Amino acid sequence: MSGLRVSGLSYAYGAKQALDRVSFDLAPGCFCALLGPNGAGKSTLFALLTRLLTTPEGRIEIAGYDLSRDPRKALARLGIVFQQTTLDLDLTVRQNLMYFAALHGIAGRDAACRIDAALDRLAIRDRAGEKARALNGGHRRRTEIARALLHDPQVLLLDEPTVGLDAAARQAITDHVHELAGTGISVLWATHLTDEVRGDDRLVILHRARVLADGIARDIAGDAPLSDRFLHLTGQGA
Amino acid sequence: MTGYLTALRAIVWREALRFVHQRERFIAALVRPLVWLLVFAAGFRAALGVSIIAPYATYITYETYIVPGLCGMIMLFNGMQSSLSLVYDREMGSMKLLLTSPLPRGWLLLSKLIGSTAISVLQVYAFLAIAAAFGITAPPLGYLTVLPALVVTGVMLGALGLLLSSFISQLENFAGVMNFVIFPMFFLSSALYPLWKMAESSELLHAICAFNPFTHGVELIRFALYQQLNLPALGWVLLATAIFSLGAIRGYDPARGMKGRKG
Repeated sequence: MSGLRVSGLSYAYGAKQALDRVSFDLAPGCFCALLGPNGAGKSTLFALLTRLLTTPEGRIEIAGYDLSRDPRKALARLGIVFQQTTLDLDLTVRQNLMYFAALHGIAGRDAACRIDAALDRLAIRDRAGEKARALNGGHRRRTEIARALLHDPQVLLLDEPTVGLDAAARQAITDHVHELAGTGISVLWATHLTDEVRGDDRLVILHRARVLADGIARDIAGDAPLSDRFLHLTGQGA
Repeated sequence: MTGYLTALRAIVWREALRFVHQRERFIAALVRPLVWLLVFAAGFRAALGVSIIAPYATYITYETYIVPGLCGMIMLFNGMQSSLSLVYDREMGSMKLLLTSPLPRGWLLLSKLIGSTAISVLQVYAFLAIAAAFGITAPPLGYLTVLPALVVTGVMLGALGLLLSSFISQLENFAGVMNFVIFPMFFLSSALYPLWKMAESSELLHAICAFNPFTHGVELIRFALYQQLNLPALGWVLLATAIFSLGAIRGYDPARGMKGRKG
């Protein structure tokens, strides 16, 4: 069974084509970086994957469930970290997680146990009682990742999760999420920063609404550094 | 089913918490109708005579007349306030959390509506208590019979807020809502003057007032406060609620309303 399968996905804002027959497939436990310059269509792809938008063209399967035919089962297996922070800053870390658990129908002891486990996993349990407003950018992100894992999703989507973070926090979060993929979750990590992609990661390059390259990062890069190869492929290189 | 109730409880709890955090909002919600009641109504008392009309059995003072309209005003402002908070949520991104929950979207929107209505009703009771302290009272049992009318009207105005929030793409556009929704709805209604008075000055304005769902919400509250059921008003309010709710659900449908909006 595949983790995430996207086939023939197209979307247009009026006359502007945002995605053009995009297809790729992630196996369980796969860490896939979705690399693309600004305006490549990453945000539209995320909106479609999270059903904030729908399109009649193409198909999205999450853990075997068709997102348009079985949206509730598909969404129940999906963890999402949005680019913009979506924490309620006036609530504590634990309250934020409880609210999210409830939106997935999880409450009581079950919710409490899952929250503790998720906070432990991201090493932020000691911050559970603090208001989200008091956390720095890195810890807010970790809280959001912990939250996205509460309902044991099989697929985790992260939309440029390291934007605005310092180098240490970026490194820590990139490492954490790579470890998560090791536990069997399919991870789709959207970014425009090539240094977040490791050599053995799966890599999909999106450019001008289309998939430009799909494979193992090291193979796509060839002999050159990935950043040079990326700039060359997207026509931005010197 | 328990999953549904869990989500409902959490959404109502968050709505309540948000309200508690904004103490100014509670005070503003009370001060606004009290200014109308204690200043405006006192001034107009002499100018406006209100004859005996249903549901009142005797001549009433102008203050007594406008109490139901001010209850409606509290709920109108509250409905718009929760609409504002939805637009804010969408701009801040936390709306996405709600919209990507595996529970049906209609249920989640209904939960929001229940939360905001509950807060509206509490505010109205706080206002009625203060009005009573100033000697402007209704029959004791009326305070109980008005509850269902408040709930129904609160849901209608909350649904209107939801519908508007699905249209308004930016927070800045909210000032327009004040000018084009709240003020016309309030002034073109029976909140401040009986409809027959309106008919004396303009047939057209009278027709608009009689069409305005807010008028019927106010009349429903007015009659319920005197332990009477205004069936036509209830019918209007339910019809308007159904239309606003369907519009809101449509507005939040990912294939339609959210199109072209990156929020």
